[in-house]
Amino acid sequence: MEQIWNQLFVEAQAYLPWYWAGAGIALVMLALLWLGESFGVSSNFRTICAMTGVGRRCDFFDIDWRHQSWNLSFLLGSMAGGFIAYHFMYPEGAALNLSEATRTLLASMGIDPQQGFYPMEIFSLENLGSPAGLVLTIVGGFLVGFGARWAGGCTSGHAISGLSNLQLPSLVAVIGFFIGGLISTYLIIPFLLG
Amino acid sequence: MKVADKPIENKNKKPALRQLISFFVVGIAFGVIMVQAEVISWFRIFEMFHFHAFHMYGVIGTAIVLGIFIHWLIRKGIIRNVRGERIVVPPKAPTYKRYLFGGIFFGLGWAMTGACPGPMFIGLGAGFLHFALMIGAAVLGTMAYGFLRDKLPH
Repeated sequence: MEQIWNQLFVEAQAYLPWYWAGAGIALVMLALLWLGESFGVSSNFRTICAMTGVGRRCDFFDIDWRHQSWNLSFLLGSMAGGFIAYHFMYPEGAALNLSEATRTLLASMGIDPQQGFYPMEIFSLENLGSPAGLVLTIVGGFLVGFGARWAGGCTSGHAISGLSNLQLPSLVAVIGFFIGGLISTYLIIPFLLG
Repeated sequence: MKVADKPIENKNKKPALRQLISFFVVGIAFGVIMVQAEVISWFRIFEMFHFHAFHMYGVIGTAIVLGIFIHWLIRKGIIRNVRGERIVVPPKAPTYKRYLFGGIFFGLGWAMTGACPGPMFIGLGAGFLHFALMIGAAVLGTMAYGFLRDKLPH
């Protein structure tokens, strides 16, 4: 009993186990539906485009961004949540709870797996100008924005909202996510870091 | 030909400040969960695509299973929205090309950046500045899609 209590609540303070995180994300989706909207983060990129006034030249962005301000507010809240959790909740300087196989593989690629959330060999401001830093950040970011809108949604819209509403198109999208993800993981990333 | 994207309806709603605060608070919960479960980490996405750990599959799988139950309650009319009305979740357009091709493009980027759109913003909030550049690139990608939309298969 005590062991279960510890596992659920004491350890969970430092590191949220998958079942709590998954349940929490489902409740976030429920809260957004209850408030009269839906869970889909990538739509905000379209809203940001619309805010630049590009709608005058492209119908796709000819929307009143104020109708999407709820989603921007949600987005700002998630940034605040990220700030609070990272600086005041997650144990400072802790190594991630990664699997042994991942740690070994990263070490063999010259990346320190104990350094926190992001590989600074790629993403630190000094290394961002390296070929790997540039491609993974800029080409990767571009593909996320382009692909999410083409597919009509990202992980929140398709994998969570769509699959849990039993939408076949979302299953196709998630299969696509994995085809692309595996190509990047097994071909592009090893090539860039090799 | 015009392709219907996720409709952005004009329900004549410019949300009131009180509503915006509600969405902000839900956002805080989302951000905290995503940090505390390490989901925003590049390493976790790397690990997921190598099938080295159950963690990410557990997170997404639990959300889907509980989400199926939530959608079932919504269809039954047991869960209603804040105004007491039935919630209608519109189905996705029954096609496959845009989902497959768009999905592959998204997946290529997801593994490279180690972040889907939510974690990009949450990570920026946590203070990782490479996300500012990445978000800029994603906005450009979305803009490119908007201009090329009529030429892409859907």
